[in-house]
Amino acid sequence: MPLPSYALMEASVYAPEVFARGLPATLRAEAQPEDRTTAVPAADAAAPLLSLQGIGLSFGGVVALADIDLSVRPGEIRAIIGPNGAGKSSLINVISGVYRPDRGHVRLDGASYAQVPTQRLAHLGVARTFQNLALFKGLSVLDNVASGLAYRVRSNFAGQVLGIGRSRGEQRDFLSRADQILEFLDLTAIRDRLVGTLPYGLQKRVELARALVAEPRLLLLDEPMAGMTASEKSEMADFVRAARDRFATTVVLIEHDVGVVMGLSDRIAVLDYGRKIADGAPDEVRNDQRVIDAYLGVASDNEDGAGI
Amino acid sequence: MAAITNDVPSSLVLPKWIAPVLLLAFAYGVVPLIGSSYLFEAILLPFLALGLAGVGLNILTGYAGQVSLGSAAFMAAGAFAAYNFNLRVEGLPLVGSIVLAGFVAAAIGIVFGLPSLRLRGFYLAVSTLAAQFFVQWALTKFSWFSNNSASGVIDAPRLSISGFAFDSAVGRYLFALTVVSIFTFLAYRLVSSQTGRNFIAIRDNETAARIIGIPVLRTKLLAFAISSFIIGVAGVIWAFAYLRTVEPDGFDLDRSFQILFIIIIGGLASIRGAFFGAALIVVFPLALSRLGGFLLGDVFDSGVLDMSQRIVLGALIILFLILEPDGLVALWDRVRRRLLFSWQST
Repeated sequence: MPLPSYALMEASVYAPEVFARGLPATLRAEAQPEDRTTAVPAADAAAPLLSLQGIGLSFGGVVALADIDLSVRPGEIRAIIGPNGAGKSSLINVISGVYRPDRGHVRLDGASYAQVPTQRLAHLGVARTFQNLALFKGLSVLDNVASGLAYRVRSNFAGQVLGIGRSRGEQRDFLSRADQILEFLDLTAIRDRLVGTLPYGLQKRVELARALVAEPRLLLLDEPMAGMTASEKSEMADFVRAARDRFATTVVLIEHDVGVVMGLSDRIAVLDYGRKIADGAPDEVRNDQRVIDAYLGVASDNEDGAGI
Repeated sequence: MAAITNDVPSSLVLPKWIAPVLLLAFAYGVVPLIGSSYLFEAILLPFLALGLAGVGLNILTGYAGQVSLGSAAFMAAGAFAAYNFNLRVEGLPLVGSIVLAGFVAAAIGIVFGLPSLRLRGFYLAVSTLAAQFFVQWALTKFSWFSNNSASGVIDAPRLSISGFAFDSAVGRYLFALTVVSIFTFLAYRLVSSQTGRNFIAIRDNETAARIIGIPVLRTKLLAFAISSFIIGVAGVIWAFAYLRTVEPDGFDLDRSFQILFIIIIGGLASIRGAFFGAALIVVFPLALSRLGGFLLGDVFDSGVLDMSQRIVLGALIILFLILEPDGLVALWDRVRRRLLFSWQST
């Protein structure tokens, strides 16, 4: 089976409590039927836009992801949460083709990939943001956002230099689309600023704009609210929801802040040490004992809190 | 979140074309009338050639972020290609030789740009050194390139376009100015086009560039091709208009470093910066020799000059890297902004 024994040893070194509660062994028996019950109605409602099957990924001896199944329905906001090092970013990197998984397949809109072709990602209707900002610091906000349409460029450089052929119309089209997105995300006031000079929260929003300008069918957000204040977070959550409603985009989002995620997402998958320990609606996940354990640590003998 | 307003003074927003047009009018209308032949031969011609080479390298290094130490090789390729086209193709006009020479340099640039698909930073710089050594070796080894000349040094052909010769210092200056202006304008158009933005995107974050669908490999090779084309044309200007001889030794590693210094001192990712840097590199040794001769008299001979030149230039580069990494252009913009600001507030 996908989980090699050394992974258990790793887990025992880094997280004795996980090892002690015997999570990896019991998880399979318990989690699998649950997954099926939640997944079947989903399949009835609509074919998933994205589904991961048995994804496994390890770096050297460290298991980042082990046997992950995940399905994302069209139009939903799907959150992936988990403690630090749970493998959330690795999962996004697998979906966007930055990493090639050791095992398993990514099914995207009917086509199955062992590794998603990064270079064709934008053509497939997938856009993403990065945990550590990946903006182009030497470009203005407007140009950064317009660069999100680079995959559509049909004109060649000679046409662009001489200003002939389709380059002019293309340019006008790109800039007007970028301007629309800037207005939608309330960034118009800073459209000509160099992006490197902006505060962190605004840069995060510019990155969202760059991903949205292509009007992707699937939007992958890697910790879009990391490092933000509470008010910035709720503002960002509003933007994500508005983007979904306006562009009918399916959103997969990774987040630390459980509170924000609960209010924002339709379904939540919880990762811990590279394994999926829960998957379902926010309320189910909130009350799942394993999730509570993973986030707060395993409760002591004093479960009732007597004497505290 | 409070939106942050743009705080550039409104008076700075003059039409962008005014400054270059005034400069060109001055360069065409006034300079030929007042300039001495020393000014043309010793200052303006090398300035124009090195400035254009700087523009070419800036496209590759400043905009696309690919470090190259092979600029002089592409200059040599351009110069020798133009010489051979001119020599061996009957009835090919000079402009045709120059453009074809650009294409030859571009082709060599693509070949030596291939390692950039796998290498970055210092490793890429070292692999472009291969271009430097290979081209110089090939030009020295195969005397066919220099038409079997015994010394390897050949006279450049006369500059003439449809019967009109540019033999005098002023003529060569005007010829170089025209070529440099045209290619600088095209380079400016390029860096503000979609392709130019793709260059910057690859420089700033290659993974993100790939994710949003920029064809990274093709764009890198395109940067090498365009950059080498322009540097090749600069090589033609250098050999045909400035030195009036073509020889491999003039295009050695020192020249490559010189062009790299030009764009570092002038300002990376700036078309103007290449000319700022070229002006400094050309004028600085002359000014230093005048100043040294004035202050120290006979003690300041050519040996001392050469040494002090290297020391001061090296110190300047270190100072620039520490104090003004964005180069003379950033310095210039800041001074200009401060002047405008104080002028506005009075």
